[in-house]
Amino acid sequence: MTDATLAYGRGDPYQLHGGRPHEGPASKRIVTGYGFWIFLLSDIVLFSCFFAAYAVLLGQTAGGPRGSEIFDLRSVAAETALLLISSFVCGLAMIAADVRNQRWFQIGMAVTGLLGLGFLALEYREFAGLVGRDAGPTRSAFLSAFFTLVGCHGAHVSVGVLWLLTMMAQVFAKGFRADIMRRLLCFALFWHVLDIIWVAIFSVVYLIGSAA
Amino acid sequence: MFGKLTLDAIPLHQPIPLVAGSFVIVAILAVLAWVVIAGHLPYLWREWITSVDHKRIGVMYSLLAMVMLLRGGTDAIMMRSQQAVAFHSEGYLPPEHYNQIFSAHGTIMIFFVGMAFMIGLMNLVVPLQLGVRDVAFPTLNSVGFWLTATGALLVNVSLVVGNFARTGWLPYPPLSELTYSPDVGVDYFLWALQISGVGTLVAGINLVTTVLKLRTKGMTYLRMPIFCWTTLASSLLIIAAFPILTATLAMLILDRYFGFHFFTNEGGGNVMMFMNLIWAWGHPEVYILVLPAFGIYSEIVPTFSGKPLFGYRSMVMATMAICIISFCVWLHHFFTMGAGPNVNAIFGIASMIIAVPTGVKIYNWLFTMYGGRVRFATPMMWSIGFMVTFIIGGLTGVLVAVPPADFLLHNSLFLVAHFHNVIIGGVLFGAFAGYSYWFPKAFGFRLHEGWGKAGFWFSLIGFYVTFVPLYAAGMLGMTRRLQHYDVAEWRPWIMAAGVGMILLVIGVLCQIWQLVVSIRHREELRDVTGDPWDGRSLEWATASPPPAFNFAVLPDVEGEDAYWAIKSRAREQGLLRSEPEYKDIEMPRNSPTGFVCAFFATIMGFALIWHIWWLVALGGFGAFVTFIVFAWRDHDEYIIPAAEVARIDRANREVRLAAISHARSPS
Repeated sequence: MTDATLAYGRGDPYQLHGGRPHEGPASKRIVTGYGFWIFLLSDIVLFSCFFAAYAVLLGQTAGGPRGSEIFDLRSVAAETALLLISSFVCGLAMIAADVRNQRWFQIGMAVTGLLGLGFLALEYREFAGLVGRDAGPTRSAFLSAFFTLVGCHGAHVSVGVLWLLTMMAQVFAKGFRADIMRRLLCFALFWHVLDIIWVAIFSVVYLIGSAA
Repeated sequence: MFGKLTLDAIPLHQPIPLVAGSFVIVAILAVLAWVVIAGHLPYLWREWITSVDHKRIGVMYSLLAMVMLLRGGTDAIMMRSQQAVAFHSEGYLPPEHYNQIFSAHGTIMIFFVGMAFMIGLMNLVVPLQLGVRDVAFPTLNSVGFWLTATGALLVNVSLVVGNFARTGWLPYPPLSELTYSPDVGVDYFLWALQISGVGTLVAGINLVTTVLKLRTKGMTYLRMPIFCWTTLASSLLIIAAFPILTATLAMLILDRYFGFHFFTNEGGGNVMMFMNLIWAWGHPEVYILVLPAFGIYSEIVPTFSGKPLFGYRSMVMATMAICIISFCVWLHHFFTMGAGPNVNAIFGIASMIIAVPTGVKIYNWLFTMYGGRVRFATPMMWSIGFMVTFIIGGLTGVLVAVPPADFLLHNSLFLVAHFHNVIIGGVLFGAFAGYSYWFPKAFGFRLHEGWGKAGFWFSLIGFYVTFVPLYAAGMLGMTRRLQHYDVAEWRPWIMAAGVGMILLVIGVLCQIWQLVVSIRHREELRDVTGDPWDGRSLEWATASPPPAFNFAVLPDVEGEDAYWAIKSRAREQGLLRSEPEYKDIEMPRNSPTGFVCAFFATIMGFALIWHIWWLVALGGFGAFVTFIVFAWRDHDEYIIPAAEVARIDRANREVRLAAISHARSPS
């Protein structure tokens, strides 16, 4: 943390004036976290394209069902709750990692993963139900955009769960080494960003989509 | 078992791809056999394939670009010669084949020549200019390179197995949808670009993090060489734009593989969404290519003029302005597609505004030369050739940015001439300038000047003889991508362009011969001091080629033109700074991760193209296992002991001291 706050403690955080000497290369932790943030920003750009496509194609139902006819907001609320709580628990697991507590870290990560799996199960049920009643992604452009956007988020959560399991195994086998702590930092960022994306999906896809 | 793949996929009945493909395969096998028999394989594996050294990776990117330039150039020769003979006749290339050639030409030149060359030079030079030992993520850097190579490989596999897209270098739907392009051509395009796109994104993230977080002590933003600024701008564009390409191609993939309706005619799909998305990536893409080239010229012009860059801060401002405005002009690629006069006017004006910061740059380079003692070495020749050529390309660009004019010139050879004018004159000349400028840094000897200049003059004159006639043919109404034609007025211009093509080929041959001659005479061309051009930035402060750790101690920067200040002081005092205290240096260990990842990505890409689903699963599983194995390793760094560092650095200090005393002696 001290590394991160150092630059902001001074009046010219971006050192644009060049009067004070630049201190040299940043620490590995800063570099890793920073690079991963940039990756996440690019991922958000990727999602924004799918959001744009959804917005453009929202009305293109080609005689098929509209959003208000297929969205079950109670199930979506449950998904939201699972994902938001998983993010909170993930935060607790990171605190456990900070104090090097193996047991609470593993419990926290396990609960995070289970909540993530619960979210995926609900999403799978929603998707399977839609496909079952002839409202699959090939039915209309609107449904193509819906399945792609929400499915892309779901794919991210699935990858996140795989990553989570890998991190649990790594911490179990190797302990809280500096490089593993950097990876945990990245994992936590990833998991929280999935929440941010989900909040946007909840608002744009489900709430606005239900009104359309 | 093998999805759509059958023996029919091999074009036994088409002589041209078959002969070309067989020739390439024989050539590759011969090189591989030579490598194995001569016992170079362990060396290649240890020092290059598994290397995570940014300099080695930069060299490999550039080498890939040069090889692909020959492939893309061969396509160009075929197109020019086809049009030269296809007047009132079918020529020698059937439409089905001709369409693949122009699609492959564009795809290869943009993604695997322009991008690869620029990323290669950025990798090679930026950490050296920033005064640091490596990029932010060395292993990921290697992964990025090998994924780019995978994309290039897949495009070339399409030559012998199946076919390539016939849709142009951007697969506009609905032509690229399954209904109208049912074979694997478009799939080759899609998967090659998805895989290499991941590689490009990784490179972009890596370079941005390197520039923003890994600079040596005292290297503030406004002391960075302009090439670092343009690298930053270009990499930011990669991060903001390449995900758009990935998403757009993913939508097209879903349409083609699973019957989705993003861009189809039926089911409510929207074709114009593809145009908007692809050009929202596509226009920033041209600045991703040309901004690093601007950076290269900004390094070369001051060096060979013996003066600091004129208007450094305005150059930084202009670079960042282009970086932002490049996202506000995409619609000028389809003025004719019904956006309406007001929208067209806004994008037309935005497109003209972007010429302003570019003009600022041109004046800065001119004023840098003004009053300087200009040395006309090969890199400087390319830079001056660029300035003249790029101004013409820029002016015709402003012309087509005027919507009413664009309605007449849209999709004509005038447009083709315009974008070759800026991409060859801007990006390719920049790549050659950077290649001849930094070659001694990478390999420790200079390139032969005479053959380099011959290559330059043939390329420059060949360029004008090829593309000025295409402007004329475009004005006469000749559209692009014509397999044959029967308008007599076009004929002389097309023949002239054919002659220009021959000159361009001679230029390329001169440059190949230049490399051969230079390697043979490398002892005479040896750069012993590490500063062959009397350079100004930190890459010249270390030996040529630089040691693995770049700098024995990280330099301490006190102003712009960091190395010039160090050198001037040393010349005044007649001695170097006192010997530093050498310490052990930690460097990242080599890793086969990149190569293994690319191996599985190639398998997966090929299997996806041919619908071989079990192989897709196998490739995906292999990639995941690679990831786990990489994540599991315990030692990812090795130590270079202080004594070794001292030995290497002392040798370099000795020759530098000799060079300084030589420069001071009155004779």
